[in-house]
Amino acid sequence: MLVPSPLIPMPVLPLTSEQSPLVLLDLLFKLKVRDVMTTDLVTARRADTLRYVQALMKTHRITGVPVVENGRLFGIVSMDDIMTALDRGHIDDPVERHMTTTVVVLEEDMPLSFGASYFDKYRFGRFPVLNKDNSVVGILTSRDISASLLLELYKEYHKLEAQVQPPAPVGAPRTSLQVRVKQNDLENAGKGAHEIKRALAARRVDPAHIRRASIAAYEMEINLVLHSSGGTLRTTIDNESVEIVARDRGPGIADVQLALQDGFSTANDWIRSLGFGAGMGLGNIRRVADEFSLDSKAGGGTTVRAVIRLPPPVPEEAPHAGG
Amino acid sequence: MRVADLAAIEGVVETVTPGEPDAEVTGATTSDLLSDVLAHARPGDVLVTIQAHRNTIAVASIAGIRAVILARARAAPPDMVEAAVAERIAILRASAGQYELSWRLHGALGS
Repeated sequence: MLVPSPLIPMPVLPLTSEQSPLVLLDLLFKLKVRDVMTTDLVTARRADTLRYVQALMKTHRITGVPVVENGRLFGIVSMDDIMTALDRGHIDDPVERHMTTTVVVLEEDMPLSFGASYFDKYRFGRFPVLNKDNSVVGILTSRDISASLLLELYKEYHKLEAQVQPPAPVGAPRTSLQVRVKQNDLENAGKGAHEIKRALAARRVDPAHIRRASIAAYEMEINLVLHSSGGTLRTTIDNESVEIVARDRGPGIADVQLALQDGFSTANDWIRSLGFGAGMGLGNIRRVADEFSLDSKAGGGTTVRAVIRLPPPVPEEAPHAGG
Repeated sequence: MRVADLAAIEGVVETVTPGEPDAEVTGATTSDLLSDVLAHARPGDVLVTIQAHRNTIAVASIAGIRAVILARARAAPPDMVEAAVAERIAILRASAGQYELSWRLHGALGS
Protein backbone atom coordinates (compact mmCIF):
# COMPACT_ATOMS: atom_id res chain seq x y z
CA MET A 1 0.00 0.00 0.00
CA LEU A 2 2.93 2.35 0.39
CA VAL A 3 4.06 2.01 -3.20
CA PRO A 4 2.83 4.70 -5.58
CA SER A 5 0.65 3.20 -8.28
CA PRO A 6 2.28 3.39 -11.71
CA LEU A 7 -1.20 3.72 -13.27
CA ILE A 8 -1.67 7.29 -12.04
CA PRO A 9 0.97 9.49 -13.65
CA MET A 10 -0.65 12.79 -12.68
CA PRO A 11 0.20 14.18 -9.25
CA VAL A 12 -2.83 14.32 -6.94
CA LEU A 13 -1.99 17.86 -5.85
CA PRO A 14 0.36 19.64 -8.27
CA LEU A 15 1.28 22.17 -5.61
CA THR A 16 4.81 21.52 -4.47
CA SER A 17 6.59 21.70 -7.79
CA GLU A 18 8.96 24.52 -8.57
CA GLN A 19 6.51 25.77 -11.15
CA SER A 20 3.89 26.68 -8.55
CA PRO A 21 3.33 30.40 -8.14
CA LEU A 22 5.23 31.87 -5.20
CA VAL A 23 2.05 33.01 -3.55
CA LEU A 24 0.84 29.39 -3.45
CA LEU A 25 4.09 28.08 -2.03
CA ASP A 26 4.01 30.84 0.58
CA LEU A 27 0.54 29.83 1.63
CA LEU A 28 1.51 26.17 1.79
CA PHE A 29 4.29 27.06 4.24
CA LYS A 30 2.28 29.56 6.22
CA LEU A 31 -0.73 27.31 6.84
CA LYS A 32 -0.57 24.38 9.25
CA VAL A 33 -2.32 21.05 8.75
CA ARG A 34 -4.47 22.04 11.73
CA ASP A 35 -5.82 25.10 9.83
CA VAL A 36 -7.07 23.02 6.95
CA MET A 37 -8.08 19.57 8.24
CA THR A 38 -11.64 18.38 8.75
CA THR A 39 -12.33 18.01 12.47
CA ASP A 40 -15.88 16.71 12.10
CA LEU A 41 -14.75 13.08 12.04
CA VAL A 42 -16.64 10.02 10.88
CA THR A 43 -15.00 7.02 12.58
CA ALA A 44 -15.63 3.34 13.16
CA ARG A 45 -14.78 1.01 16.06
CA ARG A 46 -12.81 -2.21 15.74
CA ALA A 47 -15.87 -4.39 16.37
CA ASP A 48 -18.04 -2.70 13.72
CA THR A 49 -18.67 -4.72 10.55
CA LEU A 50 -17.27 -3.72 7.19
CA ARG A 51 -20.88 -3.50 5.98
CA TYR A 52 -21.49 -0.86 8.64
CA VAL A 53 -18.43 1.07 7.40
CA GLN A 54 -19.69 0.81 3.83
CA ALA A 55 -22.98 2.37 5.00
CA LEU A 56 -21.03 5.16 6.73
CA MET A 57 -19.16 5.90 3.50
CA LYS A 58 -22.37 6.01 1.53
CA THR A 59 -24.16 8.26 4.04
CA HIS A 60 -21.29 10.71 4.43
CA ARG A 61 -20.01 10.44 0.85
CA ILE A 62 -16.48 9.62 1.96
CA THR A 63 -13.96 7.05 0.74
CA GLY A 64 -12.07 6.27 3.95
CA VAL A 65 -13.00 5.78 7.60
CA PRO A 66 -10.41 5.76 10.43
CA VAL A 67 -10.88 3.20 13.15
CA VAL A 68 -10.66 5.10 16.43
CA GLU A 69 -11.43 4.31 20.05
CA ASN A 70 -10.98 6.88 22.83
CA GLY A 71 -8.96 9.05 20.48
CA ARG A 72 -6.51 6.30 19.68
CA LEU A 73 -6.03 5.33 16.05
CA PHE A 74 -6.08 1.57 15.28
CA GLY A 75 -6.29 1.60 11.50
CA ILE A 76 -8.23 2.83 8.51
CA VAL A 77 -10.78 1.29 6.17
CA SER A 78 -10.66 2.49 2.59
CA MET A 79 -13.01 1.95 -0.33
CA ASP A 80 -10.45 -0.59 -1.61
CA ASP A 81 -10.84 -2.67 1.57
CA ILE A 82 -14.64 -2.62 1.13
CA MET A 83 -14.38 -3.78 -2.47
CA THR A 84 -12.03 -6.56 -1.51
CA ALA A 85 -14.42 -7.61 1.29
CA LEU A 86 -17.34 -7.74 -1.18
CA ASP A 87 -15.22 -9.67 -3.63
CA ARG A 88 -14.06 -12.20 -1.09
CA GLY A 89 -17.29 -12.42 0.88
CA HIS A 90 -16.17 -11.07 4.25
CA ILE A 91 -18.20 -7.85 4.25
CA ASP A 92 -19.92 -8.89 7.52
CA ASP A 93 -16.62 -9.45 9.34
CA PRO A 94 -15.50 -7.05 12.06
CA VAL A 95 -13.37 -4.15 10.84
CA GLU A 96 -10.26 -5.08 12.86
CA ARG A 97 -9.69 -8.22 10.82
CA HIS A 98 -9.30 -6.47 7.47
CA MET A 99 -8.50 -2.83 8.12
CA THR A 100 -5.21 -1.29 7.02
CA THR A 101 -3.09 -0.99 10.12
CA THR A 102 -0.01 0.58 8.60
CA VAL A 103 -1.50 4.05 8.56
CA VAL A 104 0.43 7.06 7.36
CA VAL A 105 -0.49 9.98 9.61
CA LEU A 106 0.18 13.70 9.78
CA GLU A 107 0.75 15.84 12.84
CA GLU A 108 -1.39 18.90 13.31
CA ASP A 109 1.62 21.23 13.68
CA MET A 110 3.10 20.28 10.31
CA PRO A 111 3.13 22.89 7.60
CA LEU A 112 0.55 22.28 4.91
CA SER A 113 3.33 21.91 2.32
CA PHE A 114 4.28 18.72 4.14
CA GLY A 115 0.70 17.47 4.08
CA ALA A 116 0.35 18.29 0.39
CA SER A 117 3.53 16.38 -0.45
CA TYR A 118 2.11 13.27 1.25
CA PHE A 119 -0.67 12.99 -1.30
CA ASP A 120 1.84 12.52 -4.12
CA LYS A 121 4.24 10.50 -2.03
CA TYR A 122 1.76 7.90 -0.77
CA ARG A 123 -1.22 8.17 -3.12
CA PHE A 124 -3.75 7.86 -0.32
CA GLY A 125 -6.92 9.89 -0.50
CA ARG A 126 -6.78 10.95 3.14
CA PHE A 127 -4.49 11.12 6.15
CA PRO A 128 -5.58 11.02 9.78
CA VAL A 129 -4.10 13.88 11.80
CA LEU A 130 -2.74 13.37 15.31
CA ASN A 131 -1.96 15.88 18.03
CA LYS A 132 1.06 15.81 20.34
CA ASP A 133 -0.64 13.17 22.56
CA ASN A 134 -1.14 10.91 19.55
CA SER A 135 -4.91 11.38 19.68
CA VAL A 136 -6.81 11.63 16.40
CA VAL A 137 -7.96 15.26 15.99
CA GLY A 138 -8.84 15.38 12.32
CA ILE A 139 -8.45 14.07 8.82
CA LEU A 140 -6.87 15.73 5.80
CA THR A 141 -8.12 15.20 2.23
CA SER A 142 -6.90 16.83 -0.97
CA ARG A 143 -10.28 18.50 -1.15
CA ASP A 144 -9.59 20.23 2.19
CA ILE A 145 -6.33 21.56 0.77
CA SER A 146 -7.73 22.91 -2.48
CA ALA A 147 -10.73 24.48 -0.74
CA SER A 148 -8.59 26.23 1.88
CA LEU A 149 -6.06 27.38 -0.69
CA LEU A 150 -8.81 28.90 -2.78
CA LEU A 151 -10.14 30.67 0.29
CA GLU A 152 -6.69 31.96 1.23
CA LEU A 153 -5.99 33.08 -2.32
CA TYR A 154 -9.26 34.95 -2.30
CA LYS A 155 -8.15 36.77 0.88
CA GLU A 156 -4.72 37.52 -0.63
CA TYR A 157 -6.38 38.83 -3.75
CA HIS A 158 -8.51 41.23 -1.72
CA LYS A 159 -5.45 42.42 0.19
CA LEU A 160 -3.64 43.10 -3.08
CA GLU A 161 -6.66 44.80 -4.54
CA ALA A 162 -6.87 47.11 -1.53
CA GLN A 163 -3.21 48.04 -1.99
CA VAL A 164 -3.66 49.02 -5.62
CA GLN A 165 -4.46 52.73 -5.93
CA PRO A 166 -7.64 53.40 -7.92
CA PRO A 167 -6.74 55.00 -11.25
CA ALA A 168 -7.13 58.75 -11.47
CA PRO A 169 -10.57 59.72 -12.80
CA VAL A 170 -10.01 60.21 -16.47
CA GLY A 171 -13.66 60.18 -17.44
CA ALA A 172 -15.34 57.67 -19.66
CA PRO A 173 -14.57 57.35 -23.35
CA ARG A 174 -16.48 59.48 -25.82
CA THR A 175 -20.26 59.59 -25.38
CA SER A 176 -22.57 60.27 -28.31
CA LEU A 177 -26.23 61.17 -27.91
CA GLN A 178 -28.81 61.85 -30.56
CA VAL A 179 -32.38 63.07 -30.16
CA ARG A 180 -34.92 63.59 -32.93
CA VAL A 181 -36.98 66.70 -32.42
CA LYS A 182 -40.38 67.09 -34.10
CA GLN A 183 -42.01 70.32 -35.17
CA ASN A 184 -44.42 71.75 -32.56
CA ASP A 185 -43.70 68.89 -30.15
CA LEU A 186 -43.28 71.06 -27.06
CA GLU A 187 -44.38 68.10 -24.95
CA ASN A 188 -41.02 66.40 -25.48
CA ALA A 189 -38.81 69.47 -25.64
CA GLY A 190 -36.09 69.18 -23.05
CA LYS A 191 -35.51 65.44 -23.43
CA GLY A 192 -32.20 66.03 -25.15
CA ALA A 193 -31.10 68.50 -22.48
CA HIS A 194 -32.14 66.03 -19.83
CA GLU A 195 -30.05 63.25 -21.37
CA ILE A 196 -27.02 65.50 -21.70
CA LYS A 197 -27.40 66.54 -18.09
CA ARG A 198 -27.48 62.91 -16.98
CA ALA A 199 -24.51 61.92 -19.14
CA LEU A 200 -22.42 64.81 -17.80
CA ALA A 201 -23.39 64.11 -14.20
CA ALA A 202 -22.34 60.48 -14.69
CA ARG A 203 -18.95 61.74 -15.85
CA ARG A 204 -18.73 63.88 -12.71
CA VAL A 205 -18.66 67.16 -14.59
CA ASP A 206 -19.21 70.11 -12.24
CA PRO A 207 -22.71 71.65 -11.92
CA ALA A 208 -21.83 74.97 -13.59
CA HIS A 209 -20.69 73.30 -16.81
CA ILE A 210 -23.63 70.89 -16.77
CA ARG A 211 -25.91 73.90 -16.49
CA ARG A 212 -24.27 75.67 -19.42
CA ALA A 213 -24.49 72.61 -21.67
CA SER A 214 -28.11 71.99 -20.64
CA ILE A 215 -29.10 75.58 -21.39
CA ALA A 216 -27.55 75.41 -24.86
CA ALA A 217 -29.22 72.07 -25.59
CA TYR A 218 -32.60 73.17 -24.29
CA GLU A 219 -32.65 76.39 -26.31
CA MET A 220 -31.66 74.44 -29.43
CA GLU A 221 -34.46 71.96 -28.84
CA ILE A 222 -36.98 74.74 -28.35
CA ASN A 223 -35.80 76.39 -31.57
CA LEU A 224 -36.19 73.10 -33.46
CA VAL A 225 -39.69 72.61 -32.05
CA LEU A 226 -40.91 76.15 -32.60
CA HIS A 227 -39.07 77.39 -35.67
CA SER A 228 -38.14 74.39 -37.82
CA SER A 229 -39.91 71.59 -39.60
CA GLY A 230 -38.04 69.16 -37.32
CA GLY A 231 -34.45 68.05 -36.95
CA THR A 232 -31.90 66.39 -34.77
CA LEU A 233 -29.87 67.32 -31.74
CA ARG A 234 -26.51 65.55 -31.73
CA THR A 235 -24.20 65.68 -28.76
CA THR A 236 -20.65 64.43 -28.42
CA ILE A 237 -19.01 64.40 -25.01
CA ASP A 238 -15.38 63.62 -24.35
CA ASN A 239 -12.97 64.56 -21.57
CA GLU A 240 -12.29 68.00 -23.01
CA SER A 241 -15.63 69.29 -24.24
CA VAL A 242 -19.31 68.92 -24.99
CA GLU A 243 -20.29 69.60 -28.59
CA ILE A 244 -23.98 70.09 -29.31
CA VAL A 245 -25.17 70.38 -32.91
CA ALA A 246 -28.78 71.13 -33.87
CA ARG A 247 -29.57 70.49 -37.51
CA ASP A 248 -32.94 71.02 -39.17
CA ARG A 249 -34.49 70.68 -42.60
CA GLY A 250 -35.72 74.23 -42.90
CA PRO A 251 -37.17 76.70 -43.46
CA GLY A 252 -33.88 78.49 -42.82
CA ILE A 253 -33.09 81.96 -41.55
CA ALA A 254 -33.22 84.87 -44.00
CA ASP A 255 -31.03 87.24 -42.00
CA VAL A 256 -28.67 85.46 -39.63
CA GLN A 257 -27.25 88.69 -38.13
CA LEU A 258 -30.73 89.91 -37.30
CA ALA A 259 -31.69 86.54 -35.80
CA LEU A 260 -28.74 86.76 -33.44
CA GLN A 261 -29.88 90.09 -31.99
CA ASP A 262 -31.47 89.74 -28.56
CA GLY A 263 -35.17 90.50 -28.72
CA PHE A 264 -35.59 89.67 -32.40
CA SER A 265 -38.08 86.88 -32.93
CA THR A 266 -40.37 85.54 -35.61
CA ALA A 267 -42.43 83.68 -33.01
CA ASN A 268 -46.20 83.69 -33.16
CA ASP A 269 -48.56 84.47 -30.31
CA TRP A 270 -48.94 80.83 -29.28
CA ILE A 271 -45.21 80.46 -28.86
CA ARG A 272 -44.98 83.74 -26.96
CA SER A 273 -47.87 82.81 -24.67
CA LEU A 274 -45.84 79.83 -23.47
CA GLY A 275 -42.94 82.00 -22.44
CA PHE A 276 -40.84 81.37 -25.52
CA GLY A 277 -40.18 83.43 -28.61
CA ALA A 278 -38.75 86.40 -26.77
CA GLY A 279 -35.76 86.51 -29.08
CA MET A 280 -33.37 85.29 -26.41
CA GLY A 281 -32.71 81.70 -27.36
CA LEU A 282 -29.76 82.07 -29.74
CA GLY A 283 -28.28 84.73 -27.45
CA ASN A 284 -28.51 82.34 -24.52
CA ILE A 285 -26.73 79.61 -26.47
CA ARG A 286 -24.00 82.02 -27.51
CA ARG A 287 -23.52 83.24 -23.93
CA VAL A 288 -23.05 79.78 -22.42
CA ALA A 289 -20.87 78.42 -25.23
CA ASP A 290 -17.11 78.69 -25.66
CA GLU A 291 -17.54 78.19 -29.39
CA PHE A 292 -20.68 79.06 -31.30
CA SER A 293 -21.64 78.97 -34.95
CA LEU A 294 -24.84 79.33 -36.93
CA ASP A 295 -25.09 78.31 -40.53
CA SER A 296 -28.30 78.90 -42.44
CA LYS A 297 -29.94 80.27 -45.52
CA ALA A 298 -33.54 80.97 -46.38
CA GLY A 299 -35.20 77.94 -47.93
CA GLY A 300 -32.49 75.57 -46.67
CA GLY A 301 -31.63 73.99 -43.36
CA THR A 302 -30.04 75.53 -40.30
CA THR A 303 -27.14 74.18 -38.27
CA VAL A 304 -26.38 75.59 -34.85
CA ARG A 305 -23.24 74.36 -33.13
CA ALA A 306 -22.13 75.05 -29.57
CA VAL A 307 -19.05 73.76 -27.77
CA ILE A 308 -18.60 73.97 -24.03
CA ARG A 309 -15.07 73.19 -22.92
CA LEU A 310 -14.86 71.08 -19.77
CA PRO A 311 -12.47 71.36 -16.85
CA PRO A 312 -10.89 68.12 -15.56
CA PRO A 313 -13.47 65.91 -13.75
CA VAL A 314 -14.00 66.71 -10.06
CA PRO A 315 -12.64 63.97 -7.74
CA GLU A 316 -15.81 63.42 -5.69
CA GLU A 317 -19.50 63.17 -6.50
CA ALA A 318 -20.78 66.72 -6.32
CA PRO A 319 -24.52 67.33 -5.93
CA HIS A 320 -25.47 69.19 -9.06
CA ALA A 321 -27.64 72.26 -9.09
CA GLY A 322 -30.16 70.82 -11.47
CA GLY A 323 -31.47 68.51 -8.73
CA MET B 1 -35.33 79.60 4.08
CA ARG B 2 -36.45 76.11 3.13
CA VAL B 3 -38.74 75.03 0.29
CA ALA B 4 -41.33 73.96 2.89
CA ASP B 5 -41.38 77.53 4.33
CA LEU B 6 -42.66 78.92 1.01
CA ALA B 7 -46.17 77.69 1.85
CA ALA B 8 -46.29 80.27 4.67
CA ILE B 9 -45.74 83.22 2.30
CA GLU B 10 -48.85 85.40 2.28
CA GLY B 11 -50.81 84.85 -0.93
CA VAL B 12 -49.69 81.25 -1.41
CA VAL B 13 -52.81 79.11 -1.23
CA GLU B 14 -51.72 75.58 -2.04
CA THR B 15 -48.69 73.27 -2.20
CA VAL B 16 -49.33 71.22 -5.33
CA THR B 17 -46.24 69.07 -4.95
CA PRO B 18 -43.64 69.48 -2.17
CA GLY B 19 -40.38 68.88 -4.08
CA GLU B 20 -37.55 68.62 -1.57
CA PRO B 21 -39.07 70.30 1.52
CA ASP B 22 -35.73 70.67 3.32
CA ALA B 23 -33.78 72.09 0.38
CA GLU B 24 -32.52 75.63 0.92
CA VAL B 25 -34.04 78.47 -1.09
CA THR B 26 -31.44 81.18 -1.50
CA GLY B 27 -33.03 83.61 -3.92
CA ALA B 28 -35.91 84.29 -6.29
CA THR B 29 -36.54 85.02 -9.95
CA THR B 30 -39.73 86.47 -11.29
CA SER B 31 -40.26 86.04 -15.02
CA ASP B 32 -42.69 84.70 -17.57
CA LEU B 33 -40.05 84.37 -20.27
CA LEU B 34 -38.42 81.00 -19.98
CA SER B 35 -35.29 82.00 -21.90
CA ASP B 36 -34.97 84.89 -19.47
CA VAL B 37 -35.17 82.39 -16.61
CA LEU B 38 -32.47 80.26 -18.23
CA ALA B 39 -30.29 83.32 -18.72
CA HIS B 40 -30.64 84.89 -15.29
CA ALA B 41 -31.98 82.53 -12.61
CA ARG B 42 -29.46 81.25 -10.07
CA PRO B 43 -29.33 77.74 -8.62
CA GLY B 44 -31.37 77.61 -5.40
CA ASP B 45 -33.92 80.18 -6.62
CA VAL B 46 -37.67 79.99 -6.34
CA LEU B 47 -39.38 80.96 -9.62
CA VAL B 48 -42.45 83.18 -9.59
CA THR B 49 -44.30 82.88 -12.91
CA ILE B 50 -47.64 82.50 -14.64
CA GLN B 51 -46.21 79.88 -17.04
CA ALA B 52 -48.18 76.87 -15.82
CA HIS B 53 -46.96 74.16 -18.16
CA ARG B 54 -44.54 71.28 -18.38
CA ASN B 55 -41.73 73.28 -20.03
CA THR B 56 -41.49 75.51 -16.96
CA ILE B 57 -40.34 72.46 -15.01
CA ALA B 58 -37.80 71.53 -17.71
CA VAL B 59 -36.38 75.06 -17.51
CA ALA B 60 -36.47 75.04 -13.70
CA SER B 61 -34.57 71.77 -13.65
CA ILE B 62 -31.85 73.09 -15.96
CA ALA B 63 -31.56 76.34 -14.03
CA GLY B 64 -31.40 74.64 -10.61
CA ILE B 65 -34.65 76.15 -9.41
CA ARG B 66 -36.06 74.44 -6.30
CA ALA B 67 -39.67 75.63 -6.40
CA VAL B 68 -42.14 77.25 -8.80
CA ILE B 69 -44.84 79.54 -7.47
CA LEU B 70 -47.68 79.90 -9.97
CA ALA B 71 -49.04 83.42 -9.63
CA ARG B 72 -52.62 84.62 -10.10
CA ALA B 73 -54.09 81.23 -9.16
CA ARG B 74 -52.93 79.52 -12.35
CA ALA B 75 -53.51 75.78 -12.09
CA ALA B 76 -50.73 73.27 -12.80
CA PRO B 77 -51.78 70.77 -15.50
CA PRO B 78 -51.21 67.08 -14.64
CA ASP B 79 -48.18 66.66 -16.95
CA MET B 80 -46.52 69.65 -15.26
CA VAL B 81 -47.08 68.10 -11.82
CA GLU B 82 -45.79 64.76 -13.05
CA ALA B 83 -42.59 66.36 -14.36
CA ALA B 84 -42.14 68.29 -11.11
CA VAL B 85 -42.48 65.12 -9.03
CA ALA B 86 -39.86 63.41 -11.22
CA GLU B 87 -37.47 66.36 -10.93
CA ARG B 88 -38.20 66.91 -7.19
CA ILE B 89 -39.20 70.51 -7.80
CA ALA B 90 -41.99 72.00 -5.66
CA ILE B 91 -45.04 73.66 -7.21
CA LEU B 92 -47.11 76.11 -5.19
CA ARG B 93 -50.18 78.07 -6.22
CA ALA B 94 -50.69 81.64 -5.15
CA SER B 95 -53.70 83.91 -5.43
CA ALA B 96 -51.40 86.93 -5.45
CA GLY B 97 -49.76 88.40 -8.52
CA GLN B 98 -46.06 88.43 -9.42
CA TYR B 99 -45.41 91.84 -7.92
CA GLU B 100 -46.87 91.03 -4.48
CA LEU B 101 -45.21 87.63 -4.38
CA SER B 102 -41.81 89.06 -5.34
CA TRP B 103 -42.11 91.74 -2.68
CA ARG B 104 -43.05 89.21 0.03
CA LEU B 105 -40.30 86.81 -1.01
CA HIS B 106 -37.81 89.64 -0.90
CA GLY B 107 -38.80 90.28 2.71
CA ALA B 108 -38.79 86.60 3.66
CA LEU B 109 -35.42 85.96 2.06
CA GLY B 110 -33.96 89.03 3.73
CA SER B 111 -32.08 90.09 0.66
